[in-house]
Amino acid sequence: MSARRLSHGGRIDRAKTISFDWEGRKLTGYPGDTLASALMAGGQRVIGRSFKYHRPRGIMSAGVEESGAIVTLGDGAWRDPNVKATTQELYDGLVARGQHAWPNLHFDMGGVANFFSRFLPAGFYYKTFMGMPPFEWGSGTGWWMRYEKLIRRAAGMGTASRAPDPDAYEHAHAFCDLLVVGSGPAGLSAALVAAQSGLEVILVEQDFEFGGDLLNQANPESETKRIELLSAIHTAGVRTMSRTTAFGLYENSVAGLVERVTDHLANPADYLPRQRFWTVRSKQTVLATGALERLIAFGNNDRPGIMSANAGRTYLNRYGVLPGENIIVVTNNDSPYQPALELAKAGATVHLIDARTTTPELEKGCGVSVKSESIPIKAHGSKGIRGLESTASEGIQSCDLLLVSGGWSPVVHLLSHRGIKLVWDAQIACFLPGDTDAPIHVAGSAAGIWGSKDCGASGQVAAAKALGQLGHDIKLPTGKISRGSGWDLPIKPLYEIKVPGRKLQSFVDLQHDVTSEDVRLAHREGFQSVEHLKRFTTLGMATDQGKMGNIIGMALMAEALGKNIHDMGTTTFRPPYTPVSLGALGGRHVDSNFRPIRRTPLHDWNLSNGAIMTLAGLWDRPWYFPREGETIEDAYIREATVARKSVGLCDITSLGKIAVQGPDTAEFLNRIYTNPFAKLSIGKARYGIMLRDDGMVMDDGTCWRLTETDYFMTTTTAHAATVMVWLEELLQVRWPDLKVHVTSVSDQWAGCTVAGPNSRAVLEACVTDPTLISNETCPFMGVIETTLTGAIPSRIARISFSGELAFEVYVPSDYGPSMMDLLFNASKPLDGCLYGLEALGTLRIEKGHVTGAELDGRVTIEDAGLGKMASKQKSYIGDVLRKRPVMLDKNRARLVGIFPKDRTQRFNAGTILCKPGAISGFGEGWITGATYSPALGHWIGIGFISGGFESWVGQTVVVADPVRDQNINVEIVLPQMFDPAGKRSHD
Amino acid sequence: MIRIPCPFCGERDHSEFHYGGDGSITYPALDAPTEDWLNAVYQRKNIRGVQIETWHHVNGCRMWLLVERDTITHEIHLVRAAHDGVDGVLKGRT
Ligand SMILES: [Zn+2]
Repeated sequence: MSARRLSHGGRIDRAKTISFDWEGRKLTGYPGDTLASALMAGGQRVIGRSFKYHRPRGIMSAGVEESGAIVTLGDGAWRDPNVKATTQELYDGLVARGQHAWPNLHFDMGGVANFFSRFLPAGFYYKTFMGMPPFEWGSGTGWWMRYEKLIRRAAGMGTASRAPDPDAYEHAHAFCDLLVVGSGPAGLSAALVAAQSGLEVILVEQDFEFGGDLLNQANPESETKRIELLSAIHTAGVRTMSRTTAFGLYENSVAGLVERVTDHLANPADYLPRQRFWTVRSKQTVLATGALERLIAFGNNDRPGIMSANAGRTYLNRYGVLPGENIIVVTNNDSPYQPALELAKAGATVHLIDARTTTPELEKGCGVSVKSESIPIKAHGSKGIRGLESTASEGIQSCDLLLVSGGWSPVVHLLSHRGIKLVWDAQIACFLPGDTDAPIHVAGSAAGIWGSKDCGASGQVAAAKALGQLGHDIKLPTGKISRGSGWDLPIKPLYEIKVPGRKLQSFVDLQHDVTSEDVRLAHREGFQSVEHLKRFTTLGMATDQGKMGNIIGMALMAEALGKNIHDMGTTTFRPPYTPVSLGALGGRHVDSNFRPIRRTPLHDWNLSNGAIMTLAGLWDRPWYFPREGETIEDAYIREATVARKSVGLCDITSLGKIAVQGPDTAEFLNRIYTNPFAKLSIGKARYGIMLRDDGMVMDDGTCWRLTETDYFMTTTTAHAATVMVWLEELLQVRWPDLKVHVTSVSDQWAGCTVAGPNSRAVLEACVTDPTLISNETCPFMGVIETTLTGAIPSRIARISFSGELAFEVYVPSDYGPSMMDLLFNASKPLDGCLYGLEALGTLRIEKGHVTGAELDGRVTIEDAGLGKMASKQKSYIGDVLRKRPVMLDKNRARLVGIFPKDRTQRFNAGTILCKPGAISGFGEGWITGATYSPALGHWIGIGFISGGFESWVGQTVVVADPVRDQNINVEIVLPQMFDPAGKRSHD
Repeated sequence: MIRIPCPFCGERDHSEFHYGGDGSITYPALDAPTEDWLNAVYQRKNIRGVQIETWHHVNGCRMWLLVERDTITHEIHLVRAAHDGVDGVLKGRT
């Protein structure tokens, strides 16, 4: 016989039936069920196979500590592995299956591993396969990598879907005075006291119902008490969140929560996220996180039908399932006596085996027999327990359910996250929270207080302490609550059963198949610390983090080392307490929302004029403007040609723009640019280079002097934010005496480059006073502030990135589209065109002008071929360190131009420059940009090569492109490949 | 998560800030000897305990702050505007 649903009792709603799919079969349950309780009621015992030995496993608990009933939920893109059946709420149409089994749960080929288990001790895979031949350094690792795939398949971890996650997730934030974690008697009491004293309180509960252990009680008074407390805290204004796990606690009382919004719904509404990831900033925290019952390591202690005593009670009282009819309970403490009585009352035969000499008195006729001074030895039955061999009786005592209580471990994980030391309490045999000044207060069984009433009182004390730390004048409740309260008789520590001369396979960590023998092996291998033990055996490293068995591992290691657990210590728990889905961590930051998109005020205008866009950093920029039938190559070649022959227009709004203002601006600029800025006259712009403190190039750009004290700085698109932060740092931290203010105006001004021999004609047609654009009033690097037709305010500088006669025109952002209409209409009669990022690249590569691709932070001013921009007459940022010998070394990679030897050939950016016959390693240099040059009639490139142009005159160099398996012979030329004298831009 | 009480904006998550660097460094004059610049740029103490740092409230008021932070616990002890004049105004000194 096995478990069965009772006709009454429990918190389930028998009026409504839920049907679900388990391993392809239809089963039913009720609202209020978990998947585990419904499976148990449906007679299912083997729920999964174990990770390493493929041993059959069943339900072992009724909560987050579960290490047996681990299942895969859902199908297709929704497939979700490693779900604990014990915490998954049942819903109509739920689909689940067991894990780690092939071809099926009941006939698993991998189970063969179990017969060989003595050959598969801890560390076996690593030791065997890491050492595989060949033995050269590094090769063994390669073998491990190869075998690892096979081993992982054999081990099986449940497989996630390969399809994109179809669900949405949200990030949310909350603030409060007090965060209470856990809604058992301690948590409810703490929340009530705090809220009634005026605190803003958030109470979180991982379960779908509030009440903690109150939900598992048989007596109706508990339910009355629970309802009273719940109603009182709601009246007091506590914000309650169920299905919400506090998975981590961080500095400054910040807690991470995951709220499971729709995981329990059959047909969730479209607008609901599957889960919400909460960041809660509280001032104080009360941890009323409860305690988990431990197992005992005896022979075959992992058989289906063996579970914690408290789980047995929970299935009976909460889910109305009698988990077995012929029950043996083994214990070393008082706690399973009440469950035993309740199970007997529900109709089961119950035999209690207690390791202690003195045991609690039971009433005659209560239906429970007690055998003291007895311990379990070995469980019998493979796919489900059939009997127990123990010291209580001769032979095998038959049973269909074995309940185990090895003592209780307070849930102190969140404290451990905060680095608070845990202290072993030998009297009640568990780790308890150590002293701390942190604003965290532990209450209830998390503090080793077992009795329900005392838990409530300790919750009040915790709330009073929190109130006190917040400056409230609160009297601490009187009356002493001692650790272990709730137990009449002391616990007798019992971790492992050993019988001399017999090998018992007893499990310490069921999810990772770590046996007590593995722990001793770790000791024999020389491991001493718990952290090393954990990593060698993988004890406590599964998704349950060893919640039921970790302490046993510690105890066995301590014993092997001849220490006590207190000196041994425990491993540090780290977030998350229970697994958190990657989707929840990502929230809405997926796909196109992965990062922000920046658009210029000309975005729509560009699109309506045929732009194909591309992402440049965060910016969505015009790439090229194809005409009918044009490829990208046709388009950019045409655009670059038109810009050199007539005129081209290009959106340059993404350049960084900074207003630099104040009486000391000239001095400031003189310190941050390498070239002189002190004497820049009003109405002129200057190209400038900024270095970092270490002498590397930070950015290049222009700076326009508008008035005595008002300058307009432009930066590259890539470094706009960096430069702004840098200027603010210099002014606020380093040179507070300088009277200069910087303001980012990047978003305030829309910009367009007008480039080409006809650019002046275009501008003359657009400005209110065309005479301003003449060579006399606006010479090379001249700046004018004027209006465009229609009284559009504008600032114009004669600056050339393309090498042509060119102007940069800026107007307030809202006027951007109007400016483009004006300029484009004026350029049409001249056969002008719009050009995008691709043609922009072509024009600047032809001229050897650098951009972010070249200024990558590893480049000196000399490397960039701009050494003459470094003033010898003044000192500036980076001046001293740029003169270090290695920085000035002539053999550093320097900026060069690159031509293919055979002018019909082409090559790519990102490739490596090598000596012929020496194509290996890092080569001699690299290519940062390549384009077809309409001006030169063949492909050209820009890049860096050791020693620069002078070292490679007359030599052949190979562009190595290993990815495309293509090597092209090239020659190295000066970076200024077109119009080196700059005649065109100077007019 | 570190929470920094910005003297201008109030307590905010560290994600609003950009970490600057060692706040105890006095940068040498622009024409100071190479040795001084090497020390200022590269030599850092690896403090276990309270150290002074610069932080920029980059997604807030954009003020640079001097922050005393305990490198063991992330506890923040003191926060002030890095700019002496601004700090003075804030504290009513001028
Ligand atoms: Zn601020």
